[in-house]
Amino acid sequence: MEITVTVNGTAETRDVEPRLLLVHFLRDVLGLTGTHVGCDTTGCGACTVLLDGAPIKSCTLLAVQADGRAVTTVEGLIENGQLHPIQEAFKEEHGLQCGFCTPGMMLVAKALIESNPDPSEEEVRWAISGNVCRCTGYTNIVKACRRAAAQIRQAEVAS
Amino acid sequence: MSEGTRICGIGHSVKRKEDDRFIRGRGRYVEDVNLPRMLHMALLRSPLAHARINAIDASAAQAHPGVVAVVTGKDLEAHKLAWMPTLSGDTQAVLATDKVRFQGQEVAAVIAEDPYVARDALELIAVDYDPLPAVVDPFQALAPEAPLIRDEKEGQADNCCYRWQAGDKEATDRAFAAAEVVVKLKTHYPRCHPAPLETCGCVADVDPATGKATIYMTSQAPHAHRTLFALVAGLPEHNIQIISPDVGGGFGNKVPIYPGYVVATAASLLLGRPVKWIESRTENLISTGFARDYHMEGELALDRDGTMRAVRVKLTSDNGAFFADAQPTKFKAGLFHIVTGSYDLKAAHVEATGAYTNKAPGGVAYRCSFRVTEASFLIERLVQNAAYELGMDPAELRRKNFIRADQFPYRSATGFVYDSGDYHRALDLALDKVGYAALREEQERLRREGGDKLLGIGIASFTEVVGAGPAKDYDIAGLKMFDSAELRVHPTGKAILKIGVQTQGQGHETTFAQIVAGELGIPPEDVLVQHGDTDNTPYGLGTYASRSTPTAGAATAVVARKLRDKGRKIAAHLLEAAEEDLEWHEDRFRVKGVPEKSVTIQDVAFAAYTNPPEGLEAGLEGVHYYDPPNMTYPFGSYVVAVEVDRGTGEWKVRRMVAVDDCGVRINPMIVEGQIHGGLTEGYGIAAMELITFDEDGNCIGSSFMDYLLPTAWETPKFETYATVTPSPHHPIGAKGVGESATVGSPAAYVNAVIDALAHLGVRNIDMPVTSAKVWEALQRAGV
Amino acid sequence: MYPPPFDYQAPDSLEEALAILAEHGYEAKALAGGQSLIPLLKLRFAAPAVLVDLGRIPGLDGVEAADGELRIGALARHNQLAASPLVAERCPAASAAAPQIADPLVRNLGTLGGSLAHADPAGDWGSVMIACGAQLVLASAGGRRTVPATEFFRGVFDTALEPTELLTEVRIPSPRGPAGGTYLKLERKVGDFATVGVAVSLELDGAGRIARAGIGLTAVGPQNLRAAAAEEALAGAEPTAEAFAEAGRLAAGGCEPASDVRGSAEYKRHVVEVYVRRGLARALEIARRS
Ligand SMILES: Cc1cc2nc3c(=O)[nH]c(=O)nc-3n(C[C@H](O)[C@H](O)[C@H](O)COP(=O)(O)OP(=O)(O)OC[C@H]3O[C@@H](n4cnc5c(N)ncnc54)[C@H](O)[C@@H]3O)c2cc1C
Ligand code: FES
Ligand code: FES
Repeated sequence: MEITVTVNGTAETRDVEPRLLLVHFLRDVLGLTGTHVGCDTTGCGACTVLLDGAPIKSCTLLAVQADGRAVTTVEGLIENGQLHPIQEAFKEEHGLQCGFCTPGMMLVAKALIESNPDPSEEEVRWAISGNVCRCTGYTNIVKACRRAAAQIRQAEVAS
Repeated sequence: MSEGTRICGIGHSVKRKEDDRFIRGRGRYVEDVNLPRMLHMALLRSPLAHARINAIDASAAQAHPGVVAVVTGKDLEAHKLAWMPTLSGDTQAVLATDKVRFQGQEVAAVIAEDPYVARDALELIAVDYDPLPAVVDPFQALAPEAPLIRDEKEGQADNCCYRWQAGDKEATDRAFAAAEVVVKLKTHYPRCHPAPLETCGCVADVDPATGKATIYMTSQAPHAHRTLFALVAGLPEHNIQIISPDVGGGFGNKVPIYPGYVVATAASLLLGRPVKWIESRTENLISTGFARDYHMEGELALDRDGTMRAVRVKLTSDNGAFFADAQPTKFKAGLFHIVTGSYDLKAAHVEATGAYTNKAPGGVAYRCSFRVTEASFLIERLVQNAAYELGMDPAELRRKNFIRADQFPYRSATGFVYDSGDYHRALDLALDKVGYAALREEQERLRREGGDKLLGIGIASFTEVVGAGPAKDYDIAGLKMFDSAELRVHPTGKAILKIGVQTQGQGHETTFAQIVAGELGIPPEDVLVQHGDTDNTPYGLGTYASRSTPTAGAATAVVARKLRDKGRKIAAHLLEAAEEDLEWHEDRFRVKGVPEKSVTIQDVAFAAYTNPPEGLEAGLEGVHYYDPPNMTYPFGSYVVAVEVDRGTGEWKVRRMVAVDDCGVRINPMIVEGQIHGGLTEGYGIAAMELITFDEDGNCIGSSFMDYLLPTAWETPKFETYATVTPSPHHPIGAKGVGESATVGSPAAYVNAVIDALAHLGVRNIDMPVTSAKVWEALQRAGV
Repeated sequence: MYPPPFDYQAPDSLEEALAILAEHGYEAKALAGGQSLIPLLKLRFAAPAVLVDLGRIPGLDGVEAADGELRIGALARHNQLAASPLVAERCPAASAAAPQIADPLVRNLGTLGGSLAHADPAGDWGSVMIACGAQLVLASAGGRRTVPATEFFRGVFDTALEPTELLTEVRIPSPRGPAGGTYLKLERKVGDFATVGVAVSLELDGAGRIARAGIGLTAVGPQNLRAAAAEEALAGAEPTAEAFAEAGRLAAGGCEPASDVRGSAEYKRHVVEVYVRRGLARALEIARRS
């Protein structure tokens, strides 16, 4: 079945089997391997992408369901060659160790900050509670999200 | 800015070099490796825990469009590959031929053009099983009438897989006979699983033309794996290249060799095409290296004034169907005999028995140095119960019995020589930060008020033993546990460091560059750290058991010092001075007394290739294999305050104060990160992580719906502090920290919950401490 | 984990969807948020020949108040309901339950209708609908019918839905007097299904007595249960701590939990008792403020 999904701003048209999961469409058809798979039961969030701006688990959506819609992956965080403030904040605050959960975490952070420019620690913890990290204990991920939010607020004031 | 901060050697929170690729989604994990003409493998696993295999009919699967091959144990038998050695000197089935011995055991493999098709074809394989009674309880397994699990093993008449002891039995028994007070605790440290976010997998690529096998593998120990591959498969070792690319967490899970790796490699050899195998989460949880599963009976002998005399432990380990623990050969229960912990105990004895059961094999150290976690848990729980028994404050009882700072180096009753420590300082700092006295007052008040809310305060003052190890005592499968580093400084003063260990997120690419920076003055950004590729790095035993810094970290410091010694000769030549007139300062040699007369390490490096002194070998590179003279002994004190809801048994961490002492901190930011992670996994183990089985041997805990991992919401907020007591024998005084927090924290959490209920007479709740178990304990206490 | 092959249809009207279901019957399955169905496909516990994606049918996800009812379209997502001021005002129990379902990412896709149709005894929505006295609208190519929530659930994963029917809407009667409600859930971590869940809805009369009490129970029986004895004991009673405690005991006595790794049957009963008591007290607080 032919579908067109706008991935990181580019319309991608492919012929796919209906059973193909979005995560495999991204990884294996488009070669965007920044989206990971960590479980079988929709429980880890390693596969998180934004679907029309909202974070969802791409292991639990068929690629055909995304036909005509917009998907953002970690590869789409960079704009005009510039790291997104969230990416910088994750590095600054040591918000990652093995890096496997990181793409999902950063995408959730992006959606969160867009709807809540100044999230509290509790709000960040709640927002990322569908994403498991085995390495960091979340402490620095929370700090990174809040640092990014502050950075984005500052940039907005400046401009 | 001083030169020291410019160079960012030891002690600087340098931002991690590896992050640049991860934050861009450019990490390269095994599953990201895609090769031309690559095939996909899926494994058929046993639905039964114990059954004889009568026949396997794979013809329908074989005929399924898109399927290239189906492999069974019979096919492997023809190549003598149906069984493989484990890291503990046992054998393990690669694909079952005679019997299946645990639910989830590998039975057959489908290799297909597409992973969806490989999965489809699994359903077309018909296996005729004769079910046998499953043995799921280790005590029943050890009973004389139990069905024999390892009937294929010559000389194996029962289900006992080892017996082992440590310490002085007689002295210990004597101490117990004379003891005024004996405190006992029977507890099960349950089976849990490291469950790194990335599961295990490989891409095996055997080149039919050259015979070279390149295997991308989720491995914490690529060199050891290569040697074992050479031994198992009979492939020439120089023709095997194991590449462990970015690894999405390990925690011990990626130390063993799994059947999937072997089958994928055999399939690639057979088919002449690359074969990818990536296990699902369920496969990961039901078949790969689990951890713990120790049934412990501990006893502590004390005087009435609180002086601790001796500890005695009888433990029974549930090892599953194959003895596949990843631990040093001599030590069947790992380093469990560190069970004297932080206390000056004159006698100790451990008696351990291992049982084969119809469960997955493994026994890996989940973020732990070979069973130190179980030992630390037991002693810290015993000490708290002893405090209740004696009517003493648990902090006071610890203080009274700690090994004092002036007693180091300290020889323990079971023969460890603790290198350094200051336990009083760490505990006092933790108590001070948590506001211990105020918490105790509040606890009393809440008890008096009699409402639904109770407060508990738990302490754990752990001592770890990490950094295996002196090669004379420690080997895995015969391979001595030294480690290595190779350093090449190029003409322009930029360097490549190659190490025998392998990162799974610990930040080696940064910290190891900092060690070089500290020793040679080459800034970390100018040092590329390579690891995880056997063709490209010197031999080493890999990263687990917190051994990277104690072993390869030391090797790095030593090899850098070797280059500095050579550099001194070159500098003398450049400065036209005598070697002994030169002094080393951060990144340069200076003429003593004339600091402006100096050459930098970069100058030296350039000269090493362009203008070496006569008679000196050109170049600036070297390699060092470091055999540590002793292990290192990180320690710390954790204090946890929990609130317990008496109505429902729910509990919540209010405070978690952690004081860690891992000696010199190379990169404090990274050290903190390791501690946060360990405190979280420790919390997970204490509160929710559990793999259990029903009476037929069906695994409960086979997906993230049952094997629960803490999210940001449940995870406590940590307050972390440090003391620094350097290791006297490590070149830079560092000790290793990757696991301290998982080792130390479970007892702190559990002690806190027990403490909340202690006035009601509750003395034990086995982990995971669920709300249901808390409520049941309250019921038993008559509340 | 890979789903088995199937045919995929994405109709853009309800009529078309119902026609496809009528044609394929048991062979077809509706796909709403996919947060239960796709995991089942991946584990190969389900293998429908045809998937009928409801996601492209407009107008099935509305939330509106009309004719003394709160009407929620079957495709309304959990997160949408958690954020809806109208739901908060008209049905505090639903508002309290929504953010406790699954995790934030699953809530962005999972739907109310899918949840009810899936009928997991550990699902949260069923109890809320029972407590609030909701009516469920079922449509087929042949027409529509309305089934009260209390009669919709028939057992483990079993409902009044025929294979040719779709759940299109839920109608929750709006309270006439001061009212409150809540949802209490015992879970082991975020994203976990309930060990025990209790939905409570309370309506007071002019004299401050209980006009109507609704109590739905999660994960303590083969389906979401109505705590009928407790509800009846409360109707017309004074909202006192004693009455709430008695309701707790009645609810605990009437449920049928099973022992498992989450806890013993006894424990779960006990939590029902505590949660019913606490839930009623909380609902009363809300009612008195409204
Ligand atoms: C990790 C995780 C945690 C979860 N935790 C919880 C939880 O705590 N509490 C809870 O209640 N749920 C939980 N869920 C389930 C979640 O709420 C699902 O969204 C819900 O059960 C199904 O809704 P859906 O829209 O995704 O339905 P789908 O998955 O699309 O469909 C589910 C079933 O309902 C049928 N169906 C769907 N819509 C209709 C309709 N309109 N008419 C007739 N039949 C229909 C489908 O054919 C299918 O059989 C969890 C799910 C996951 C993945
Ligand atoms: S892969 Fe785990 S939630 Fe998608
Ligand atoms: S950084 Fe490893 S899982 Fe989060």
